[in-house]
Amino acid sequence: MSVVVENLTVQYGSLTAVNNVSFLAPTGAVTVILGPNGAGKTSTIEVCEGFRKATTGTVRVLGLDPTSDHAALTQRMGVMLQGGGVYPSVRVRDVISHFCALYGKKVNASELIERVGLTQRATSTWRRLSGGEQQRVSLALALAAQPDIAFLDEPTSGVDIDGRDIIRDIIGELSHNGTTVVLASHDMAEAEKVATHLVLFHSGSVVATGELATLLEVRKRLRFTSTEGIDLVQLGGAAGSPAHHLGNGVYEIAAETSPRLIGKITQWLAEQQLPLHGIDMGHESLEDAYRRLTRGLS
Amino acid sequence: MRRTLLQLGAELRIILRNGEQLLLTLIIPLILLGFFGSVDVLPSGDDDPLTFLVPGVYAVAIMSSAMVSMGIATGFERSYLVLKRLGATPLTRMELVSAKVLSIFVVEILQAIVLLSLGIALGWRPEGNVWPLALLIVLLGTSAFGGVGLILAGRLRAEINLAAQNGLYLLMLLLGGMIIPRDSLPGFLSDAALTLPSTALADGLRAALNGTGQLLQPILILAAWAVVAPLVAARRFRWS
Repeated sequence: MSVVVENLTVQYGSLTAVNNVSFLAPTGAVTVILGPNGAGKTSTIEVCEGFRKATTGTVRVLGLDPTSDHAALTQRMGVMLQGGGVYPSVRVRDVISHFCALYGKKVNASELIERVGLTQRATSTWRRLSGGEQQRVSLALALAAQPDIAFLDEPTSGVDIDGRDIIRDIIGELSHNGTTVVLASHDMAEAEKVATHLVLFHSGSVVATGELATLLEVRKRLRFTSTEGIDLVQLGGAAGSPAHHLGNGVYEIAAETSPRLIGKITQWLAEQQLPLHGIDMGHESLEDAYRRLTRGLS
Repeated sequence: MRRTLLQLGAELRIILRNGEQLLLTLIIPLILLGFFGSVDVLPSGDDDPLTFLVPGVYAVAIMSSAMVSMGIATGFERSYLVLKRLGATPLTRMELVSAKVLSIFVVEILQAIVLLSLGIALGWRPEGNVWPLALLIVLLGTSAFGGVGLILAGRLRAEINLAAQNGLYLLMLLLGGMIIPRDSLPGFLSDAALTLPSTALADGLRAALNGTGQLLQPILILAAWAVVAPLVAARRFRWS
């Protein structure tokens, strides 16, 4: 395990930001610390990075104490802050070259700039970059470390669709090459695309942790989209199970998804000359899982 | 050492890119010396105004680079999370601080070359073999003003720090006997100003470079500031 967090609590005065949290991040995995803003994700990551001391509890990163072994950890750790971290008047090429030199691992700055898709912006100053471009520079600074572990705080926040693809590809490459990635995010859809493991935060506590696939329940329902106003009794009769309208033309059949059920629905829609705009089956989404797991929690 | 030199290069590039820092550390002292060295408006009596002005303006320049320029830049680096980000690299705090201090020395050497050359061009001549003592006073002044600058930069919001550094600069400039003789101030202000680092630096440099005046008192006052201010800054500094 690259990260072992045991009974971690972080307090700011009387405010408890992280409350008795424990989780593991396996080596080479992409572990996403997921939760809404203010859930305690950044505080937890900052303890792992050695920026903040734990009020109580223990944290080991690559077998090191992030605070007392900080110097040793910095040689093996890449960090992407939630924002900022670069002086506004500094040029992209200069800051990336500087970080490559500080780590001294012979990482080629030009190749790194190309890897994050910023070759055309290499001579621009930080202040002239868009939010998404700044995020990609921050990612490049983390990669300059050739890290064994990378902590990425909201890496795709404010990034456009092309930039997201680049960042996702890089995260995938890192994991493929054995680098452990620990990523904080509030974006459920994004997390679902990159995570192999999840730590779900809610109000400073962990509500679930484990592999992505095991956290998502197999749905025992089928959803499809058509026009509004379908007769639910007739639809339920055709499907052989109760039907519900969820709004905006989205219908749900409360039954195990199967080819036979899908066949019944599509045949009935065709007979009624109704359109089929979409069909959804299988696992629940991460957002659904998060809502299920945090239902009833304050 | 390798990382310190790398960071020193980065610090110097940032100083060169920031026109306002060059204005503060070089252009304003040059204008002060050029103007007051050419126009006899200061109440210097029968003394040559340049013997008063050249060390005084160099003291202003040291205060500008060690306190205001470094303090404002550091305040903004805190605000932009630059210091926090560097804290996650192998660059240690000691290497970062060393690089910053060395960058100030590089600027101060440049200031000395430019300002003392202008002083000599205007007719000023240093007296006696006092350069080692002048160097000691410059080192103490740098430590004192660097400490004061970091006390403010390490606690205040960047914009408030900017205003506070400039306000303190103006106060020390007016009260510290740097370009306006302290004798011109009301008695109580003149006495109180004796304890300021700006007064001690200007008086010490005058004694060292002109070979006249008290040397021990300003050195002791400056040494006290040079020890206490960095200690307070180190204890109270917030990195982000």
